[in-house]
Amino acid sequence: MVTPNPDFAKEIAEAGGEEVKMCFQCGTCTAGCPSGRQTSYRVRKLMRMAQLGMKEEIVSSEELWQCSTCYTCVERCPRQVPVVDIVVSLRNIAVAEGHMYDAHKKTAENLASVGHAVTVSDKISALREELGLPAVPPTVLANDAAMSDFSKLLKATGFDKIVE
Amino acid sequence: MAKYAFFLGCIAPLRYPGIEKSTREVCKALDIELVDLKDASCCPAPGVIRSFNKKTWLAAAARNLALAEKEGLEIVTICNGCYGSLFDAAHELAHDADLLAEVNVILGEIGMKYNGTTKVHHFADVLYKEVGVEKIKEKVTKPLDYPVAAFYGCHFLKPSNIKNIDDPEDPKILDELIEATGAKSMPRKQKVLCCGAGGGLKAAFGDVAKKFTQTNLENITASGAKYIIDVCPFCHLQFDGTQKELGYAIPVLHLSQLLGLAMGMDEKELALSTHITPVQL
Repeated sequence: MVTPNPDFAKEIAEAGGEEVKMCFQCGTCTAGCPSGRQTSYRVRKLMRMAQLGMKEEIVSSEELWQCSTCYTCVERCPRQVPVVDIVVSLRNIAVAEGHMYDAHKKTAENLASVGHAVTVSDKISALREELGLPAVPPTVLANDAAMSDFSKLLKATGFDKIVE
Repeated sequence: MAKYAFFLGCIAPLRYPGIEKSTREVCKALDIELVDLKDASCCPAPGVIRSFNKKTWLAAAARNLALAEKEGLEIVTICNGCYGSLFDAAHELAHDADLLAEVNVILGEIGMKYNGTTKVHHFADVLYKEVGVEKIKEKVTKPLDYPVAAFYGCHFLKPSNIKNIDDPEDPKILDELIEATGAKSMPRKQKVLCCGAGGGLKAAFGDVAKKFTQTNLENITASGAKYIIDVCPFCHLQFDGTQKELGYAIPVLHLSQLLGLAMGMDEKELALSTHITPVQL
């Protein structure tokens, strides 16, 4: 028995997923979802669970992280529900409550340490030089002051708490 | 001469520098001036970082947009992920003054401000709309006679209601750009099926991601295509890096590398030998 939790709707709205209320459960999203072909992720079900406020079930579920953000559902939704934005909002809520995969934590750590999603290696630097490119690309990787600004920005938005 | 701020992102410069190199050379040949967007960071990635903390994602994207705004330049990217993040963030900030003000409080802490004016373009869209297929044809010195698969990926065209580039269910522009080189873009089933890598799927559920890739490889093989042409280094990494394990060996080229070949660039400059799936031309 599910007890609807109206407070969760507010929480989702604050995280940017207010339009979840527009979903009328037709299932067009699930029919076209390539992840749903391979996994137990069902977009329509997730939207309904969000509407009903089933927060605990959502934030602890594997399926929340099985969306590849391909936007097929968004393109086909007859109600123009921004499904990917809602999935992202639900994921933000899950992460804030400590639900995060180790592999994702690694990507977050890369961003915090070098300002990029992947790190630089000697092999790549050598290849870059062979191609006539600077060993390190002219990004935050090449400017300590810019990297320091970037780190401050991450801290100001609470990202440091994620990688702690 | 068209002039853009060149946003490098992460996977191209740090995993496939041949894509970066060929983009620079191809743009030079097509009279597009690329100015490095100095001090930029990760876009940040629309699937992973945005999923972790939307506030961080938006502020970091705004910082990148502000760097270009300060130079008075529009951004060009060679990656669907970077395009997805920067375009979406620019769109949100251009249409929501309160959100822009909120972001500027954060940017203010590092002495920056964003006025919400930067425009963001995908390399393939610039080639199609600004340069045009005819001009590209004129620059082809070594026409390519390959049957290939045009792989659009997701964030290049979608969400289409704000991007308005091409039909997201049956797009044509990449096929036309490919055919400008003499190659033949082969029709196939599920042309716009995701590569599987996005949204954090590759990192956390790699086996699920590979099933997407496998379905694409089956459809590409059935079409008779001998090469995969992508417009995104992350799709590129997914196809290039998983095929051995999946039992396929279809060479993967970024559009910039295909154009580089057709314009007579040295194979060494395209760094094709560094791809995981061997490229034998």
